[in-house]
Amino acid sequence: MTPELEPEIRKRQRERAKVTAILLGLFVILIFAISIAKMTVNR
Amino acid sequence: MTSLPISQDAASLPASPRDLFALTKPRVMSLVVFTGLCGLLAAPVYVHPVLAFAAVLCIALGAGAAGALTRWYEADLDAKMKRTASRPLPAGRMDRQTALHFGVGLACFSVILMDLAANHLAAAILAVSILFYVLVYTVWLKRRTAQNIVIGGAAGAFPPLIGWAAATGDVSTLPVLLFAIIFLWTPPHFWALSLFVRSDYANAGVPMLPVVAGIESTRRHILLYTLPMIYGAVAVGLSAAFLILAFYVAANRATEPKQMGPEKRLFAFSILYLFGLFAALVVDKWVLA
Repeated sequence: MTPELEPEIRKRQRERAKVTAILLGLFVILIFAISIAKMTVNR
Repeated sequence: MTSLPISQDAASLPASPRDLFALTKPRVMSLVVFTGLCGLLAAPVYVHPVLAFAAVLCIALGAGAAGALTRWYEADLDAKMKRTASRPLPAGRMDRQTALHFGVGLACFSVILMDLAANHLAAAILAVSILFYVLVYTVWLKRRTAQNIVIGGAAGAFPPLIGWAAATGDVSTLPVLLFAIIFLWTPPHFWALSLFVRSDYANAGVPMLPVVAGIESTRRHILLYTLPMIYGAVAVGLSAAFLILAFYVAANRATEPKQMGPEKRLFAFSILYLFGLFAALVVDKWVLA
């Protein structure tokens, strides 16, 4: 890793961390919604 | 030593989310999602909207995973073709290992989520479709035979089957018919494309029909494969238009891509055709019935 690339690497890492966090949040919501929907259907 | 070090530097950077998204071939995914959704909506059972959304999401993710794995395997081919040289891997914006990990991870995730949200059968068909696309079409057939798209086209025909299986838990005649429609539609669709990007395929050494058998033979094949597509009253109008465009392609004598207007029109219409046909099936069930 060259010193000139380090800011760009940090920027990319931050960007990917944000996207991963958003996707994880959406995944949790989706699993929650699927669980509720399955309980509703099976009732 | 001008371009190589730049691409090496770029590949040593973590891939950007935008490039990872581009790896999934989002434009191809829209048709896959639509046909999968139609398979699900045409099923004669009530599906909870959340579960339907999850099933369609899994189909989209599975298609994205297959696209990413194909991009990973075909990075050398993409680099040789003008049309694909700017994709993340050949352009050096991502290293191959990232693409492989992303594709495998997305494939496993989509199949497991489908199993949780729908049922084992839908998950199994989704897994088979991803494996078929990657192993049978991309790895085995694409670089070996001019019939690659005829057999490999089955991979793109799975989504309505998966949608139906997700809704009902089984497979019956109608989804198999939907599968057959896409199976028949795929060769003329891809041959129209391969006619006007023939030089790209030839440079990359991909034995697409226009490269191996020539332009005239491909045009005849397009016409022959379009003839059996006249099925059902709903499809007659669209199929007639498809057939007329196929006649124009068969009658065209141009060899330069710039003069291949009929081929470009057929390629564009073939996409509209599948959207129209599957939308008609859903309208028939939800509106007219």
